[in-house]
Amino acid sequence: MIGASGLLLAGLAPARATEDQVAVLIEKLVGAAKPTPGRVKLDLPLLVENGNAVAMTVGVDGEDGVRSLHVFAERNPLPNVANFTFGPRSGHPRVSTRIRLATSQTVIAIAVMTDGSCWSDSVDLLVTLAACIE
Amino acid sequence: MSRVLINVPKSCKKGDILDVKVLISHPMESGQRRDEQGQIIPRKIINKFTCAWDGEEVFSADLFPAIAANPFLSFSALAVASGTLSMTWVDDDGHTQTELVAITVV
Repeated sequence: MIGASGLLLAGLAPARATEDQVAVLIEKLVGAAKPTPGRVKLDLPLLVENGNAVAMTVGVDGEDGVRSLHVFAERNPLPNVANFTFGPRSGHPRVSTRIRLATSQTVIAIAVMTDGSCWSDSVDLLVTLAACIE
Repeated sequence: MSRVLINVPKSCKKGDILDVKVLISHPMESGQRRDEQGQIIPRKIINKFTCAWDGEEVFSADLFPAIAANPFLSFSALAVASGTLSMTWVDDDGHTQTELVAITVV
């Protein structure tokens, strides 16, 4: 009986990604090389009023040789947010979009350069109204 | 067919970097929500966006349920020669939508 109600509660509680899952995803992306903080800039508001649509800009300023940008949210139901790839005809390696945030958390951006180096930036933010996941 | 808004200059100088802004109407159902009966509403999102200029890749994005409804993307493209900017969205059901914009480079 207790077990059944525990299962029920587990079923209703929103699933969350963890820091470990994000770490595993980043390791898959960059291999053994640890991303160095710097060069890539993640722009997000520090205080989010509505988690359903949060304006996000991620980019590497004035830099050529960016292969891809990756964004992860540590406490969303799924850790992946988006992967962006830049082709030979892209201009600035910068992209804006709107994302969902389930709760207050750390959002991480990783830039993978064509020379193989990896750079990261992160933003700790507070979400007052979460994106609807229930 | 979903409604699409595309904002990009129709003409520019060679070597210019153009801002491309696109928005498509789509619910981006995350697969995390439940209906009144407690059943999970199946996931249905746009998972891929690509943009090419005369077949040469400009930008592409893998999107996940953490992207807000009616996904908006703003990125840039390098103007090398006149041509057609082709943008494609792909959703979970395999529906694709492609929009073309002719750009004159002088």
